[in-house]
Amino acid sequence: MPALPLDDAGPYVAAAYLVFLALILIYVSIMATKLGRVEREIGELSELVERREREREEERV
Amino acid sequence: MATVAALVRKDLRLELRAFESVPAMLMFTVSTFVLFHFGLDRGSLAGDLAAGVLWVTLLLAAVLGMNRLFLAEREQGGFDGFLMAPVDRTALFVAKAVLLFGFLVAVELVAIPAFVILLLEPGPGQALPELLAVLALADAGIAVVGTLVGALGVQTRARDLIVPLIALPLLLPVVIAAAQLSAPLFEAGGADPFPGRWLLVLGLYDAVFGLLAYAVFDFLLEE
Amino acid sequence: MTFGRGLRALSIASVVLLTGAFALVFFYAPNDADQGFIQKIFYVHVPLAIVALCGFVAGGVYGIKYLRSGDRADDLRSYVAIHISLILAVGVLITGSIWARAAWGHWWVWDEPTLVSFLIVFLLYACYQPLRFSIEDPERQARYASVFAIVAGAFVPLNFMAVRMAESLTHPRVLSTTGGAMPGDMRLTFLVALAGMACLYVTLWKYELASKSASIQLRSLKRRLAGDDGLAPLARSAAPQQL
Repeated sequence: MPALPLDDAGPYVAAAYLVFLALILIYVSIMATKLGRVEREIGELSELVERREREREEERV
Repeated sequence: MATVAALVRKDLRLELRAFESVPAMLMFTVSTFVLFHFGLDRGSLAGDLAAGVLWVTLLLAAVLGMNRLFLAEREQGGFDGFLMAPVDRTALFVAKAVLLFGFLVAVELVAIPAFVILLLEPGPGQALPELLAVLALADAGIAVVGTLVGALGVQTRARDLIVPLIALPLLLPVVIAAAQLSAPLFEAGGADPFPGRWLLVLGLYDAVFGLLAYAVFDFLLEE
Repeated sequence: MTFGRGLRALSIASVVLLTGAFALVFFYAPNDADQGFIQKIFYVHVPLAIVALCGFVAGGVYGIKYLRSGDRADDLRSYVAIHISLILAVGVLITGSIWARAAWGHWWVWDEPTLVSFLIVFLLYACYQPLRFSIEDPERQARYASVFAIVAGAFVPLNFMAVRMAESLTHPRVLSTTGGAMPGDMRLTFLVALAGMACLYVTLWKYELASKSASIQLRSLKRRLAGDDGLAPLARSAAPQQL
């Protein structure tokens, strides 16, 4: 069974592990923002390609 | 070898003509000793405190020298001229490292006596050969790393900021070793034994960084 | 060039190993004789430190590869390795400080060689991105950054050795565990935590590589589709921007 003497030591240990967790999560959120931007730009590019294809269709017709 | 000699001769002539680096480094060193006197509010220092003050001051003076080491080459096209010459490019590294070593020795010739007079309590008379050994090895390490970082920094825009920021952490093992070695030499009673293993550390540092810098310097010169 | 291969397996391995390790820490590993519960920080602080140091050295290795091959992908690998190690180094310093405070009452101890040499290494690598940023030409930036990564990577073990030697005589190791051999269950927990951190590092490394390479390729796609005028001019950046 867990030996959890939650005396004065507890908060420090918790703080250390939380710092680790926070670092990882902050990193993930920054990467997520970048991914969002990449997705948006891909969307814009797809739109551009679609527009070009439509124009080419109209020219042919 | 001949290239190195020629380069060193050229730079020495420039330095003797204009007297820029060595006097500045020297003035800085002596002023810093005075600063420490007032900052620490001590008339004299001994042991590890003395060693610490000496080596921190020497290191900071060396940083001054590093910043200016490649300045002439950068601003007056010396790099291009050198690259066009049919010589081994690492000769520039060796020449500049020898030059920086020379500058440090020149500064120490005056600064060490000044330190002894101004701040040191006991005279390091009997410990002189050990002190010279420490100075020689430490200066070699500072010269090698200083030349490399100087070359790294000279092409960047924030040159005088980048060089100390990179050089100081890199040179920390030299300061640690030199301070550990000098502390017993500055002891009033002269009782502590000389920690010779730190000489090995200095030697290892010099060898590793010397070889590394020699291998890598070429890549800094390509256009 | 795909950097993201094997990413899913790696991330699953990281989750399993790290969660397993932390479970072991709190449910299996015994309390340390001297430090009690506080010692549990050891299982996150030391693996983080070891992995970060290896990451810095790996950055140097990729620097060597770049100088020999000229392949920008190696420069990107070096950059990302150092970047993630720097983030982990911040974690090492903070968890180390918390540990020092809990075990010794001060927020910093000069007697712990890991912590001190990490501070020095951190100060050194904090110059990596400013150095890159201050060089505009991308090819020269990559070259100089590789030289820095190689020199700094060689410096890491030397520095560790020197600091350890300096402290070992006058002060006993403050934050070491159970002075001497580690009991088996502690060692197992430590090894699992170390493996978990290593997997996490590689996962994050590949993750960032894939993200950066996607942005770079997206940019070149944009230029081909929208023409040069559809593109905002490349701002100066510390990170590699072309592959």
